[in-house]
Amino acid sequence: MGKQKRSLGDALRQRSSGVLAALLCIVIGMLCGLVVLFVINAEHAWGDGFIRILKGGFYDFPYGVGKTLTSAAPLIMTGLSVAFAFKTGLFNIGAAGQYTLGAFGGLYCALVLHLPWYLCLLAATLFGAVWGAIPGIFKAYLNINEVITSIMFNWIGLYLVNEIIYARGTGVMYDARGTRTWKLADNAPAALIPSCGMSELFHTNNTTIAIFLAIAMAIVIWVVLDKTTFGYELKAVGLNKNAARYAGINEKKNIILSMTIAGALAGFGAGLFYLSGGGEWNPLNSTSLPGMGFNGIATALLAASHPIGTVFSSLFISHITVGGAFLPTKYFPTEIADLISGIIIYLCAFSMLFRGFIIKAINRGKQGTNVNAEPAPGGKPPVQAPKKEGV
Amino acid sequence: MLLLLKYTLLYGIVLMLVALGGMFSEHSGVINIALEGIMVVGSLGGVLTVAMLPKGTPPVVVVVAAVVVAALSGMIYSLLLAFASINLKADQTIGGTALNMLATAIAMILAKNFNGSTSAKISYTNKDFLFKIGGLELSIFIPLGIVLLALSYIIMYKTRFGLRLRACGEHPQAADSVGINVYKMRYAGVLISGMLGGIGGLAYVIPSVQTWNFEVGVAGTGFLALAVMIFGQWKPVHIFGAAMFFAVFKSLANIADSTFLAQLGWSSNIYNMMPFIASMVILAFTSKKSMAPKAEGIPYDKGSR
Repeated sequence: MGKQKRSLGDALRQRSSGVLAALLCIVIGMLCGLVVLFVINAEHAWGDGFIRILKGGFYDFPYGVGKTLTSAAPLIMTGLSVAFAFKTGLFNIGAAGQYTLGAFGGLYCALVLHLPWYLCLLAATLFGAVWGAIPGIFKAYLNINEVITSIMFNWIGLYLVNEIIYARGTGVMYDARGTRTWKLADNAPAALIPSCGMSELFHTNNTTIAIFLAIAMAIVIWVVLDKTTFGYELKAVGLNKNAARYAGINEKKNIILSMTIAGALAGFGAGLFYLSGGGEWNPLNSTSLPGMGFNGIATALLAASHPIGTVFSSLFISHITVGGAFLPTKYFPTEIADLISGIIIYLCAFSMLFRGFIIKAINRGKQGTNVNAEPAPGGKPPVQAPKKEGV
Repeated sequence: MLLLLKYTLLYGIVLMLVALGGMFSEHSGVINIALEGIMVVGSLGGVLTVAMLPKGTPPVVVVVAAVVVAALSGMIYSLLLAFASINLKADQTIGGTALNMLATAIAMILAKNFNGSTSAKISYTNKDFLFKIGGLELSIFIPLGIVLLALSYIIMYKTRFGLRLRACGEHPQAADSVGINVYKMRYAGVLISGMLGGIGGLAYVIPSVQTWNFEVGVAGTGFLALAVMIFGQWKPVHIFGAAMFFAVFKSLANIADSTFLAQLGWSSNIYNMMPFIASMVILAFTSKKSMAPKAEGIPYDKGSR
């Protein structure tokens, strides 16, 4: 009984240390942003600068919040994609490429085949899955680091999609006047994800049920990872490939499956964005991959790869990005929000260290009341704590 | 044809410089994904220097100042990677990714602030960096790059420092046991990569145009340089060859529409794609006997066995 109670306390402390570490990253990131705001224009830094970023979408109530939700939906998905791969021991830096392919799959089915929205979304998912599977295959059979492969295939994907959509200005999906793909609302209204009154509610034209689909997907991923044998096997391969093989798990199959699912999630996210009418693809942009893929890394790290946490971290990143867009351009560049999220990921890279400090601090606080408590786990990574009890 | 040669040389030198930077970092045991970001910061430093120097400054001063500032800003930026991955033992790929994202944001903020407007475009004169041999207009980065290539080769293979650096990337525990300070060597490796990456960034931006929009960063050149480094199997001379090979494709992409190549009907996207596909093929074939430093990507912990 007592043991069970203690392990519950341990688990709770671990969970809270993760949240605290994330909050610490956010606070430091925001403070850096504040300093930059003051350096650029001290007079307007607080009221017109920092407060607007903090307010985010609420600065321009229904419209801004609608915008936050529109951009949060795909961000949750790319975040989930990266988080899922992390949980299985892989670093999916290829979410941007999978997102690109997903956008192509969705838009092709919408603009050329005129399919209904759910089939377009499925196509986006499948295209993303294929692009995710490739690095998985390279990793499983040739033992090539998935980071390198993903980076290469990001660019291959970008050029490939641009080539097919643009086709020297003759592409079916390409609107030469807008230099982007055709608008879905005018050309394929059936492919738009239903809004169910959300657009009217938020006074935008692209807020749809996408956000609910994304949240539902996050719950599904959480269940798969934490409550099923399949998820357990995937995580086991990530923790120790050799031990997993010894336990009779087919590690090659699982690596490929992890990357495929990660790719599918990123592709699904692209579908959510483009089929909501969130924007049109610009095939002439051959110099930068969609930022959504890289921001997904930020949200996954901030959430310490927890699927449900990814929902909150994505909402937060969208919130400050929208807030950044509301900054008066007369005084401040809108990239302050990007700067803040960049600093946050940089800090997340060593958030383990923060967690160690926090656990130490919590334990020090506890030692005053209970001297007989088991020796504090100290700066050791919290993952090791449960292991001790098994021995 | 002359145009093709010119573009290949200009772009090849950039790729070579940055890939050499990556090589130093990886031989010391630190994966440097942040090359793209380092290039952006280096080019920003150099370009701002050129734009800020008064009109009458002698060309030599302009060139030297720009290159030095680019190298220094690259080094300072790479310190962030070194600190995170060496002292704090953070995941090197995540740290590098974060630095890439940060670099674009920093560059845009500084560029916009420099202009005092909402445009991230900075104009400058690049006359001082160019010279002509016959009909061929080249930049000073080409001789500079060749010198740096020779230096890199000598440092890597003919000096005690190079041997120690490589030891830290192959087996840091063994290096430590004979009295080499692994942390110091890794710092040196990352800083050298920051210097070369910064110069490479400047070499990418300056020679071809007189206005640079920092919104595009360096358009994936840093990632391409990573591919060059792998293609060149982490060896300086091979990297030179790989850089030139990649640069031919990139140049073909630039001139595809205006020359005889247009008849082939291939667009620039296809030429752009080719180097990436080529490096994937090479990777697939050499994966069994990879020349990658054994300990790269693993933070060095004195206590671990």
